[in-house]
Amino acid sequence: MFDFVSFIPRAVMQGVPLLLGSTGETLTEKSGNLNLGIPGIMYVGAISGVIGGFLYESSLPSPDAIRALPAILIPMCASLLGSLLMGLLYCFLTVTLRANQNVTGLAMTTFGVGFGNFFGGSLIKLAGSKMPYLALSASSIIYRRTLPFANKLGWFGSIFLSYGFLAYLAIAIALLSAWILRHTRVGLHLRAVGENPNTADAAGINVNRYKYVSTCIGSMIAGLGGLYYVMDYSSGIWSNNAFGDRGWLAIALVIFTIWRPDTGVLASFLFGGLYILHMYSPSGMNLAIKELYKMAPYIVTIIVLVLSSIRNKRENQPPQSLGLPYFREER
Amino acid sequence: MVKLSCGALSQYRAEQRTAALPFAVTILCVERTTTVSENIPAVELRGVSKRFGTVLANDKVSLEIHRGEILALLGENGSGKTTLMNMLSGIYFPDEGEIRIDGKPVVIASPKDAFAFGIGMIHQHFKLVDVLTAAENIVLGLKGHLDLAAASKKIKSICDAYGFEVDPQQKIYDMSVSQKQTVEIVKVLYRGANVLILDEPTAVLTPQETDKLFAVLRNMRDAGKAIVIITHKMHEVESLSDRVAVLRAGKYIGSMRTSETNAQEMTNMMVGHTVTLNIDRPDPVNPRPRLEVKDLTVRNEDGILKLDGVSFIANSGEILGIAGIAGSGQKELLEAIAGLQPAEHGSISYIEDNGTQEQLIGKDPLAIAAMGVSLSFVPEDRLGMGLVGNMDLTDNMMLRSFRRGHSIFTDRKTPMHVAENVVHELEVSTPSLATPVRRLSGGNVQKVLVGREITSAPTVLLTAYAVRGLDINSSYTIYDLINRQKEAGVAVIYVGEDLDVLLALADRILVLCGGKVSGILPGRGASKREVGMMMTQIGGKKSDD
Repeated sequence: MFDFVSFIPRAVMQGVPLLLGSTGETLTEKSGNLNLGIPGIMYVGAISGVIGGFLYESSLPSPDAIRALPAILIPMCASLLGSLLMGLLYCFLTVTLRANQNVTGLAMTTFGVGFGNFFGGSLIKLAGSKMPYLALSASSIIYRRTLPFANKLGWFGSIFLSYGFLAYLAIAIALLSAWILRHTRVGLHLRAVGENPNTADAAGINVNRYKYVSTCIGSMIAGLGGLYYVMDYSSGIWSNNAFGDRGWLAIALVIFTIWRPDTGVLASFLFGGLYILHMYSPSGMNLAIKELYKMAPYIVTIIVLVLSSIRNKRENQPPQSLGLPYFREER
Repeated sequence: MVKLSCGALSQYRAEQRTAALPFAVTILCVERTTTVSENIPAVELRGVSKRFGTVLANDKVSLEIHRGEILALLGENGSGKTTLMNMLSGIYFPDEGEIRIDGKPVVIASPKDAFAFGIGMIHQHFKLVDVLTAAENIVLGLKGHLDLAAASKKIKSICDAYGFEVDPQQKIYDMSVSQKQTVEIVKVLYRGANVLILDEPTAVLTPQETDKLFAVLRNMRDAGKAIVIITHKMHEVESLSDRVAVLRAGKYIGSMRTSETNAQEMTNMMVGHTVTLNIDRPDPVNPRPRLEVKDLTVRNEDGILKLDGVSFIANSGEILGIAGIAGSGQKELLEAIAGLQPAEHGSISYIEDNGTQEQLIGKDPLAIAAMGVSLSFVPEDRLGMGLVGNMDLTDNMMLRSFRRGHSIFTDRKTPMHVAENVVHELEVSTPSLATPVRRLSGGNVQKVLVGREITSAPTVLLTAYAVRGLDINSSYTIYDLINRQKEAGVAVIYVGEDLDVLLALADRILVLCGGKVSGILPGRGASKREVGMMMTQIGGKKSDD
């Protein structure tokens, strides 16, 4: 019998960084910016959080003196600030200077990963660790706190209540984003900017402001995905390159959910499940076949790309001006 | 209350379309809205200039726009009409000059400002978001809580007042061109615009839709709105406008009452010298069947039926005009003949002078072109088919000839001479032959395209929308060229959107309706109304409305 009670929580924990990343990228893409820098931004979000947490923990006289509020807020603010700066840089290059979005995004991913590994390596040196990783265990315990009665509720508790607060925040952000996009004037304007900036501009909407704000907010949300990964999923342990390809999966998820953050909630958990499926393959299985299991999320992504290009409904297509710079007086 | 009754009256007037009107009430309506400022123009431009790089698009233009009046803004392509109006709607910002609204100088820095001053512009390319509904598009950019139900109600009341039909819940991509235009007008009225600017609103409409639009515009004028319309079609200017203003090469030339002028005078003002305004229609020269299309059926990539059992014969030395609402299969028909579109069913035979027939279906487009079938299709963006924007004139001429060489080197001399000829004969204004085509203005690009097709000495000339967006002077040059081809014995198939031109130019008119042949009429003696009816209904219908 497949062990759902242990599988689902692990799938959800895998899914949360993807959910935050894809919600952030969806908001960004709705403004017409194709931000391929998301993997780098999530990486920067993670390392900035780690830097904040490291500075706070090392300023304490002893690990027991840690207090919950600063232990949460300092890494979180650092992470938000780091990813905000990345978002601003992306906007400055692509919106103000109208640089090519694909090239800028890819450069930002390369930069973000390099930035993370450089400071990650430095911190590991500073901490004097013998192993190639840095542990922020005390902060992580606070991040992973669950409701006190969660583990008394059996399977219900472990499936629904066994996560740290960032997981619930991720779901709330996704649902809120979907609601804003669908039911508010800001959402309507944002969709118009991504579909047809000329029209939006002629209707009196400040196109550049919408692009800046939604891209920066999107980057910050994606950055939280990196923070969740370090502080919650990997128990406060940073090692270089451990974040892997989750950023790219988050971008694939945007297409999978046809630009709907609320669909993203379940879809990200599905992706999370596929990501760890290989750990649940029958014991004694050939290692080579196990490697095939690891391919599952990528194969699904390819299938989704094929399907979404066949499906021809207008509402399911990407925002029409996605990836194109906008300049009002262009002739 | 007053507004509603006024609108209802205007609607009544539109339905009647006669002089017998309850005048007293009409005048009352006009008075209500114009008493505020009897003599001050709604909008006044004073010495406005706008420069793009080295090009002076507007040079110290002064213009007045009055309430309760329809002003037609005339000018050749590139004379700066759209630029001027874009400055009123906040798209461009003037380099110098002053704009006054109700006598007060104002600064219009953005479209938002323009709305605030009650100026609304309906652009040539609609500014609508396809995936949103009509209501969502109409409230786009407004402030406050998003309440689509209330918006729909207000939209309905505007529609009732002026006689529009709009379904607020319909998505834009499901709409016809004329429906989209209606949404644009309602959008502007929803924002309480008092000054409406329409940039070539009839370019994409059928005659019936145009009549409907004009009725609505007259209603709005009678309700005291100021209306500016940019158009190239002289008969529209004469039938609709109260006053005309003429621009030439960015300069304001003058304005006059429409009733006191005529098409000839207006054209002369636009062009700057005298132009003859008659389209010649020489008799067909020795017509013989050249191209026989039988029962042609074509589906597009998505499997939608675009042509359904089309049959006709095109004669040499004759112009076969093809009329139809945009998207009725004109493009597919020409492409099927040129071998660019696979046919599901039917035959296309090319008939040589000695009577031998050759089947074109299944042939390679190159082989068809080599037989003398030449296609010049001018798409909406003008560059999409046939010319490469980043290449210069000579290279674009070479696109037709480069395969003819015998060595591995291309022959650049002949195409250069061709380019020189085209530039000289068609008066293409270009800095040099080495200028990339995309830098030329739309009209000049078209001259290059049509000129190249004609110099390839075709036996069948397929041309679609050859004068799309061209000003009157260039249009006549093109008509002239087409006529010369006809006289040289070429079978010309001319797809056009302006019915008046089709009726004056073509020897026979084939009317397409939803991919079917609605009928073939002789060009001499066919009426516009008859063709218009056939465009919307197979075979036309004699009596309705």
